[in-house]
Amino acid sequence: MEKDFNIIISGVGGQGIITLTRILAEAALIEKKDVKTSELHGLSQRGGSVETHIRFGKEVYSPLVRQAGADLIISLEAQEALKSCYYGSRKRTVFLVNEFVKPIFGSTTIPLQKIKKELEKFSKKVILIPATRILKEKLNNPILAGIYLLGYANCKKLIPLKERSVSKALEKVIPKEYLSINKQAFNLGKKYESCDCSSRSRDSDASSN
Amino acid sequence: MSSIKILEKKGTKEILLGNEAIVRGALESGVQFVSTYPGTPASEIGNTFYEIQNSEFKIQDLYFEFSTNEKVALEAGAGASFSGLRTLVAMKHFGLNVASDFLMPLVYSGVRGGLVIVVADDPGCSSSAQSEQDSRAYSYLAHIPTLTPATSQECKDFVKFAFEISEKYKIPVMIRTTTRVALQTGPVKLGKITRGQRKGKFVKDINKFVTMPPRVLEMHEELLDKIEKIRKEISEKSNINKIQNSNAKSKTKIKTQNPKAGIIASGVSYLYAMEAVKELGLEIPVLKLGFFYPSPANKIKKFIKPLKKVLIVEELEPYIEREVKGLAKDVNCKLEVIGKDLIPEVDELHPEIVLQAVAKLTNKNYQLPTANYKLKTINRSPQLCPGCPYWLVFSGIKTALKEMNLSEKDVVFGGEIGCYMLAGVPPHFLQDYLYCMGSDVGIAHGIKKASKNKQKIIAFVGDSSFFHAGIPALINAAHNKSNPLIIIMDNGTTAMTGHQPHPGIARTGMGEKVPKIKIEDIVRACGVKNLKVIDQGNQKEFVKTIKEFLNKKEVSVIIAQRPCIFVK
Repeated sequence: MEKDFNIIISGVGGQGIITLTRILAEAALIEKKDVKTSELHGLSQRGGSVETHIRFGKEVYSPLVRQAGADLIISLEAQEALKSCYYGSRKRTVFLVNEFVKPIFGSTTIPLQKIKKELEKFSKKVILIPATRILKEKLNNPILAGIYLLGYANCKKLIPLKERSVSKALEKVIPKEYLSINKQAFNLGKKYESCDCSSRSRDSDASSN
Repeated sequence: MSSIKILEKKGTKEILLGNEAIVRGALESGVQFVSTYPGTPASEIGNTFYEIQNSEFKIQDLYFEFSTNEKVALEAGAGASFSGLRTLVAMKHFGLNVASDFLMPLVYSGVRGGLVIVVADDPGCSSSAQSEQDSRAYSYLAHIPTLTPATSQECKDFVKFAFEISEKYKIPVMIRTTTRVALQTGPVKLGKITRGQRKGKFVKDINKFVTMPPRVLEMHEELLDKIEKIRKEISEKSNINKIQNSNAKSKTKIKTQNPKAGIIASGVSYLYAMEAVKELGLEIPVLKLGFFYPSPANKIKKFIKPLKKVLIVEELEPYIEREVKGLAKDVNCKLEVIGKDLIPEVDELHPEIVLQAVAKLTNKNYQLPTANYKLKTINRSPQLCPGCPYWLVFSGIKTALKEMNLSEKDVVFGGEIGCYMLAGVPPHFLQDYLYCMGSDVGIAHGIKKASKNKQKIIAFVGDSSFFHAGIPALINAAHNKSNPLIIIMDNGTTAMTGHQPHPGIARTGMGEKVPKIKIEDIVRACGVKNLKVIDQGNQKEFVKTIKEFLNKKEVSVIIAQRPCIFVK
């Protein structure tokens, strides 16, 4: 039986997390899957910690991913990834983390390697990608880090959705005037090769085939 | 999101937020009058109507407004409904408190055109200060029929159903959502948009619209009769209260002759319950209550009669649990009713909490991984945006106090609802109390009186908030002679909830150009003599005025006028 696929996206308000969530939901709908997402608005968008949930499959009830229930966690800020450990499990979770750290007022910044070590306890794999830095260099547009990671995740089959569906969803969600730069970011993400990314195949239960 | 999506044609499936689905449901019902005051998690309802009515897709014969507050929104909506139009009024939970004064007699008199009130609760307070109120209490208090959708699809369907009930029984109907319903997205099958074409006209009927005694007691009686009728004819019969004999795996119907345990749930809690049933592979009957009030008493009785135990899954208050306990006395006095002993009363629910409760109910072994989170980060608190004009207000106050040889300890800072409640977070720390809109001026006045005007107080009020509830409190302070310093944080928009217009802006919800209602004119008319309108970018002037006004014997007001960086 096809299992539900559960994604958490975490980061800081203003990083385009809700847009990313909508793209994934649309892509799932295009593939005629049942889908639910959950997001928060208002105060939480003012630069606070943001976390959204996306679940898709044959029949999805809860809009929230349960503890240790995530298949993929995309974190657009490395320290925020730590909070998402709640949803991680050694059995099923892949962490895809933007190597970007935004200091938190009143707290010492935790070094990346330390974060990675911790994330490893709650996942079967941790992938760190300097998406913000790459986008700053190549497109002068670091805000598209999420789209970049989406391109990467889609290409490496970390998400059981066809590239065509994601691409169609992108066209639907992103306003016309920003579409071309978003596609550039998406395509750059597809091309990224991390050193330890031998694209080990995912658990069979999560694949869309 | 784009209004085009909301307006897609019949038959298509679209991913919609619960709030967007509510809008679609109203449009499919031929709604002609919509009023709201913005508030998360209900804001997107008004925002979507605003976007539609200010776009090329503007709908003829549909009026939309951002009202000055929720009470006014409901009153305006009632007027339209009395005149025969289908009407939707939307607000967040605290808004219903403001509107409740009018809600009580409104339900007595009833309505003419269908009137649907959407109220969004926020269990867990993810976007609300103040309290974690469960607005279902109003269903009992006001005797207002209440539906509780769980999904985006249901948000749309229930709104349509609510309009039918409202019009059939001439009573306002409440749709109560929560954050995880209002801000949930999911596929919604679109129906046909109906253009409302009624011509509004108020037809006099003092027997219906004048709530004077002794008539008002008859109205009370009639209302209770209506509720019993709705219970029998709708709540008991409609399949929005349905028994789900669920087995996710085999899809076979469970023989309900002898089930030992069952579940009753509503709203998003139902989704968590079904998720648990699915994950544990259970065969267990689940009663979903789409109708919260009046509840389908007979349906519940029939459901619980054969059971040994029943789990009630609901967020916040145990209202359904209490009803079930009462009904069990009639039909199954040995029934074990499990609710708040396993489902917490504080904070929003999470699927794993419900999963554990359902496992316990059915004697299944289910252990969640006990995770040892060693490396922790503190929660990132929200911040004023870089470049936000409020930075300059807070820094100006600090400079003024320093120059007066005062510290922040010597002044009480009254907080209020809006972006400026971030006065309470680092690095500002300028907030000593925080309640609801309009309250901090009232409280400041009381503190002043209690301290015989000795304690210095600075109270912040937002521009939209000032129109909402700040004016009576300001008049009170001026008239009853106290001397707080009130700073009206005029950033020219309702920023926190998504930049909606208000009366201080030259634009209505319908996009008409109108003259601004100037806050300074109102302040003056309230009897305030010490008044200055300053752009806090002029720090020298701003600091000087704070110093001067903090020593005044009468109430003083600074209107700190500098637009939000997102205002075009």
